[in-house]
Amino acid sequence: MPTQVTQDEVRKVITDGLAELGYERGAIVPDATFEDLDVDSLDLVELAQIVEEELGVELGSADVAELRTVGDAIALVVARAGS
Amino acid sequence: MTRRVVVTGTGAVTPLGVGAVKLAERWAAGECAISDGAARASEFDPLEFLSAKEARRSDRFTQFAIAAADEALAAAGWTPELPYEGGRVACIVGTGIGGLGSLEAQEAVLRERGPRAVSPLAVPLMMGNAAPAAVAMRHGLRGQTYGVVSACAAGAHAIGAAARMIESGEADAAVTGGAEAAICEVATAAFAAMGATSPSGISRPFDARRDGFVIGEGAGMLVLEEAEAAAARGAPVLAEVLGYAATSDAHHLTAPEPSGREAARAIALALADAGLGPGDVDYVNAHGTSTPLNDRSETEAIKQVLGDRAYEVPVSSTKSAIGHLLGAAGAAEAIATIEALRRRVVPPTLGYEEPDPELDLDYVPGRARTLEPRANGAGDRFVALSNSFGFGGHNAVLCLGVPAR
Repeated sequence: MPTQVTQDEVRKVITDGLAELGYERGAIVPDATFEDLDVDSLDLVELAQIVEEELGVELGSADVAELRTVGDAIALVVARAGS
Repeated sequence: MTRRVVVTGTGAVTPLGVGAVKLAERWAAGECAISDGAARASEFDPLEFLSAKEARRSDRFTQFAIAAADEALAAAGWTPELPYEGGRVACIVGTGIGGLGSLEAQEAVLRERGPRAVSPLAVPLMMGNAAPAAVAMRHGLRGQTYGVVSACAAGAHAIGAAARMIESGEADAAVTGGAEAAICEVATAAFAAMGATSPSGISRPFDARRDGFVIGEGAGMLVLEEAEAAAARGAPVLAEVLGYAATSDAHHLTAPEPSGREAARAIALALADAGLGPGDVDYVNAHGTSTPLNDRSETEAIKQVLGDRAYEVPVSSTKSAIGHLLGAAGAAEAIATIEALRRRVVPPTLGYEEPDPELDLDYVPGRARTLEPRANGAGDRFVALSNSFGFGGHNAVLCLGVPAR
């Protein structure tokens, strides 16, 4: 089961994950919206799989469908990891 | 008024390289792209055509189709802007198997890491219609778009279907062809298990020693346009799709009907569709797989239709140079056929050295030769047949013409 993870750790996993999916690392900042980045629902499911693999935090496709920004994703993972 | 269909652009990714010209020139020069029992498109780098994200979202067969279509559209002068309203352009692409490599990879993920780890891209990667979907999206083609699945006849079926759409007026133009990337463990083992592939790893169609096909990979894509519309925009006309026909053996799961009867009927119907007869044929680009059964029944079929003319017409197989591209074969070979007519060069059946006593046509051994105009010909154009026959008994034949200028 997940132990406490820091905001920085989550941010790194998400940034590395999106970079692996083909996105420009420099553009992956908390304020960036997934719409602007052109990250779609398929990418978000892959991102959720990476988060689960790396951090042990399970996210459903309904959870990630609600996300609007990179910061939203980081906050959601931090909150889930702490619960 | 009959609508005619012309080819205004071609593109190919084959084991002989990236580009239709490389396919034509290297085959005619006698280069064989087969090594270690397979013919890989080893010069292809997807990142020359696609972003990292696009490449992740397309199986290798789709990547081949995208690259070949880019070349074909550029050759036709379709870039940067389509010369037709997107809704009037069809996109029909054949494949034998689709994204088998992606399926194989995700199967391994499932077994090793469980169902939650299976990629959400798995279905869009492996679906048989992924190539036409990707090409249509890339270029804004909003007419009829679908994949054609008929094993090794898929490329020819796709071109035939697209040509019919233009003839009937359902579309004014089409981007069509075939794509395949099945050199992976499952397919290699499966083709070997059924005895279809060559144990010697040599593709030598029509030779007495032939022992099966060599698996290849790649794509061939063509831009087809209604002839008057193409002329109106001053398009470069490479060839005309003069005729097309398809039949079915209804005989056996994999083996061709031994007499070649239904293959012959497809050839005859394609010629009739073109309004031509045996005396008009200058060249036959054979399906010529290098399997004992195909090459025999295909020879029978050619003889049934062309009669005495069969012994005068050069017959050669592209598979001697690039192996068997399965669902892409018919499309890559249609392009090779067009280039042969355009260049007036009959490319050879490589590796053909020991004649099979039962197979007695002119298979163009040794080296390429000049395409001679028919002694009795009208002289206004060169005409070729391109045969494609698939497991399941599917027979598809294209009759292609190039103006003699």
